[in-house]
Amino acid sequence: MRIVVLSGSNVGTKTRTVMEYVTQAVMSFDPDVEVTLIDLAEADMVFSDGRNFTEYSGDTGRITRTLMDADAIIIGTPIFQASIPATLKNVFDLLPTSAFRDKVVGMVATAGSPKHFLIPAQQLTPILTYMKAQVVQPYVFVEEKDLHRNQIVSSDITQRLDRLVEDTVVLTRTYTAIREEREAAYGF
Amino acid sequence: MPESQNLMKELNFDPSQGLQFGMYTLGDHLPNPADGSRVSAGERIREFVAYATAAEEAGFDFFSVGESHQEYFASQAHAVILGAIAQATSSIRVGSTSTILSTSDPVRVFENFATIDHLSGGRAELVAGRASRVGLFELLGYDLRDYEELFEEKFDLLLQIARKESLTWNGQYRAPLTDAAVIPRPAQETFPIWRAVGGAPTSAIKAGLAGVPMVMAHLGGTTSVFKTTIDAYREGARHAGYDPATLPIATAGFLYTAPSSQDALKELYPHVNEGMRRVNGQGMPKQLFAQSVDPRSIVNIGSPQEIIEKILHQHEVFGHQRFLGQIDFGGIPFDRVMKQIETIGSEIIPAVKKYTAQPAADSDGTSAPAEPTSGDGETAGTKSEELV
Repeated sequence: MRIVVLSGSNVGTKTRTVMEYVTQAVMSFDPDVEVTLIDLAEADMVFSDGRNFTEYSGDTGRITRTLMDADAIIIGTPIFQASIPATLKNVFDLLPTSAFRDKVVGMVATAGSPKHFLIPAQQLTPILTYMKAQVVQPYVFVEEKDLHRNQIVSSDITQRLDRLVEDTVVLTRTYTAIREEREAAYGF
Repeated sequence: MPESQNLMKELNFDPSQGLQFGMYTLGDHLPNPADGSRVSAGERIREFVAYATAAEEAGFDFFSVGESHQEYFASQAHAVILGAIAQATSSIRVGSTSTILSTSDPVRVFENFATIDHLSGGRAELVAGRASRVGLFELLGYDLRDYEELFEEKFDLLLQIARKESLTWNGQYRAPLTDAAVIPRPAQETFPIWRAVGGAPTSAIKAGLAGVPMVMAHLGGTTSVFKTTIDAYREGARHAGYDPATLPIATAGFLYTAPSSQDALKELYPHVNEGMRRVNGQGMPKQLFAQSVDPRSIVNIGSPQEIIEKILHQHEVFGHQRFLGQIDFGGIPFDRVMKQIETIGSEIIPAVKKYTAQPAADSDGTSAPAEPTSGDGETAGTKSEELV
């Protein structure tokens, strides 16, 4: 199983801090899972110009291919101007419309305050479901007060993140098993 | 006002001969998923010529080659391949599906195809498209942002070159032309130029507005969905003052036959799935592919009898003039493609032609119906029962 942990922000360190924890949590939950952390702040991404994802080179080509090859993706997003950041939306724009077909996608949001708790449900989920993802329904909302100097200081949050990781892995196994059973039934 | 012409007649689409049947290859050069082996580019190019001669022998009306400049393709110089095919054949019509006009000079494209027309003795056709894989823009030095405008301007120029012995022209993407005579003039009095259209109606409307014949490609889906595109095309033509009954329509998609539809699915799936994964980055879901054997699906996969029924149904819905089958996609071994061509020629084409042929038109051709008429009480189902 290949899981990609995507830190979707170019600004600050909160999302990165949380997604580093998520990466570690995947490894401890199941060491056999191949996990890759992608931090968009470290990548030189071009804006989508409409070409197929296979036709990009550099970081853009590498990251789109890595996402397309994943069985599951856990996306970390900050809340900017009451929405997801442009860096993350650009990743979606770079991919085909059915990019998340047969993939499970989990969500983590980081924010300065609880004001925007529903942003993942209202803005990120519709994009993911449009792109055919099986979305893990519970998501984790991390506030600034849960972090201190690049560490998560709330055990409530770490437990929520652990549960998200477990749900993502278990759902990926489940959907894979269901799909394999269905595909075998087609007889071709 | 558009000039008065009847392309249906000028391009020799005779309703009394039934639906025209063609074969096309994208020019893909993909490994056989069964063992990962791949023929050399040279062998693959020679296969195209061999398929064309086999198709001619089997009774196909048309054979065409696509243009692509990316990995896993061997048809970059598709006009050169068509030249070889023109030389190797004697009666089948030869064309491109599609020539990527956006990244070429329409003057040179016309010169190439007029030359193929002479080599073939007046059998050449050109289908101009915008490219679905756009890597060639970078390779050939074009800006992808000009995707729409490059095509529209160049297609318009190409049509003018075809219609005028000499022309004066000014545009954004090519040096101006002043009383330029683009030669040689083709052998055919009306040289066939089509517009390639994907499944969506937008591009079909543009083809209709220009009064240009349309080739509509389809990867999958139900026949009824594509009727919207056909309707949009005819409506566009009507809006611009053309009579849709004078404009030929071709459809193009996968074609694969086996003794049963289950065998056809089994034999073709790995090629389509692996081929699409390499070419487009995503394979074909089994669920979607399984639906392609449904009689309402536009994909012509199944037993010969099932394919005949599907094509008759599509013809009844669309009232189109030509169907093009893609038979060699995704590294299907040469012998298997040749067998397909033979079976299609002996079992499918004669039946399709027999049941789509309409009574001969009046001598002036005006009564030839181009669109299906409703309420004649004859359905694809009743037609095909006679074949059993």
